[in-house]
Amino acid sequence: MMRVTTERQAAFRDSLFGAGILVPSRVQGVYGQGPSFVRVFQGVDRFVTQAGSSDSPEVYRFPAVVSRDCVERTDYLRSFPSLIGSIHGFEGGAEEHAALLRGHLHGDELSTHFRPTDLVLLPAACYPIYPMVSGELPPGGRLFDVLGTCYRREPSDDPARMQAFHQHEFVHLGTPESALAFRDDWLDRAQQMMDELGLRVVADIASDPFFGRAGSMLAARQRERALKFELLATVSSDDEPTAIASCNCHLDHLTVPFEIASAGGAVAHSACVGFGIERIVLALFAEHGLSPDDWPHDVRRRLWS
Amino acid sequence: MITERIREVIAQHGRLAVDVSTLSDTDDLYRAGLTSHGSVNLMLALEDAFGVEFPERLLRRQTFASVAAIRDAIEELHAELNV
Repeated sequence: MMRVTTERQAAFRDSLFGAGILVPSRVQGVYGQGPSFVRVFQGVDRFVTQAGSSDSPEVYRFPAVVSRDCVERTDYLRSFPSLIGSIHGFEGGAEEHAALLRGHLHGDELSTHFRPTDLVLLPAACYPIYPMVSGELPPGGRLFDVLGTCYRREPSDDPARMQAFHQHEFVHLGTPESALAFRDDWLDRAQQMMDELGLRVVADIASDPFFGRAGSMLAARQRERALKFELLATVSSDDEPTAIASCNCHLDHLTVPFEIASAGGAVAHSACVGFGIERIVLALFAEHGLSPDDWPHDVRRRLWS
Repeated sequence: MITERIREVIAQHGRLAVDVSTLSDTDDLYRAGLTSHGSVNLMLALEDAFGVEFPERLLRRQTFASVAAIRDAIEELHAELNV
């Protein structure tokens, strides 16, 4: 989906380049993170980890790639085909390589010699959890802490819309009641956390960017049922706030395809809270200025003490 | 008749648990087996059949809850097109 970058977004991005906070590449929405960004990133991620640690989540880390089968089963491929980053590989031998070299000399598109593999780039940090927990959950369900490098194909000059980014999630699988309670609890806790970082956020009902006409209906239904909430903060401008965290109730959309039951055998429900770490970092720079040493004492204490 | 065409579309695309001819115009389609996925397919088929595009405000659960509800929505859209 083409999104128009506003002047303010481009101006904020340029100020980040000028300060060495982000490093431009030749590709839209792909940036290096300079030392100042990295320091804030590490502080934010530690702050998020600590916020969830009192619940004793099971801490897992998964790679930045996931099986194509997994994203088919989660319906991601059908619902968000334009966001997928598909991994292609070269599976030929000497003959095919010779053809590739000849083709390249003639100006052929190199990608015609590559084939889709069984992998895609990870679109959401929690996806690898679901196939792992197929079967019956213990009483009380399970709770996970995952930090993932995610990819969504949305090239943009808006610095808050990076193609590759990190999501830190807390994910609960349990009964319909416990999943909804988890989502609602985190909606409060996440707002509290952003408040502690001196970020002004507004919580709003939201929908995922489902593709196409069918997508419009799925999005309308999702909004109607208030399944997804986003915390919106100012990054580039107040008029176009950015979702820096989201709290989602999945109902049984993930537990049915992966055959996850709650204790006793009924179909489980799941819910998650996701923190967009890069976006929170950018919101901090936008709110408190480009020099972290000058940030409010309380904010610095929460990030780095 | 618009309701006849609606019933045809439901029969072909709604994937109800029962024959739509056994349902009255006001019977609840969801009770008759219309699922979330089914309602999306039904919406697309109705748009094709009647040459309309449902705006967000009409993409709600209740729009597809019965033959009568669907008829009301389509008549509303046709009226807007004729303005």
